[in-house]
Amino acid sequence: MAIVVYSIAGLFLGLGAVVAITGGVGAIRMPDFYTRCHCAGKGDTLAQLLIMVGLILVALEAYPLSNLAVFKLFFISIFILVTSPTATHAVARGARHDGLVPWKAGDPRR
Amino acid sequence: MDAILIAATLGILVAIVLYLLRAFLGPTSYDRILAMNAVGTKTVILVALLGFVMDRPEFLDIALVYAMINFVATIAILRYVERRRLD
Repeated sequence: MAIVVYSIAGLFLGLGAVVAITGGVGAIRMPDFYTRCHCAGKGDTLAQLLIMVGLILVALEAYPLSNLAVFKLFFISIFILVTSPTATHAVARGARHDGLVPWKAGDPRR
Repeated sequence: MDAILIAATLGILVAIVLYLLRAFLGPTSYDRILAMNAVGTKTVILVALLGFVMDRPEFLDIALVYAMINFVATIAILRYVERRRLD
């Protein structure tokens, strides 16, 4: 039984790492601040969700429930799920108020 | 299982390096704030993963506190950059 749970957990962990690296590559290669907001915010949120699901599966199998590891992971996941899009939105809104002009096709990369 | 956990940790480290590169390059200060917010979230994941790698799940408390501090720090730095004061 343990091998099945660990296989599913490993799938989630690998997928989360791939999404995290994809977000990093997007943050390097996107041409503009607002497009970078897109990949940084979404990549962060999805990567943490996938990795926390994988770690919850590992904790269910490896540690007793009285260790509270599952509940802590759940609360970390919910907290980041709320705050990461909020922070990204606040940064993008601040840039818009500051007068940063969005990039259009044909403009030079910034 | 340890090999997969270490592989995921290395992947997160690669993502942190990429975001740090953007924080160094970033033409505007908003790019830097965004990149450091992403690095903070990645650090929370990194601490949680390292707790499982070292078989010490007490690290999750540190990850929980770091998540809260990261959000408050991002909002505070953003407020300072926008208004040049912190009150």
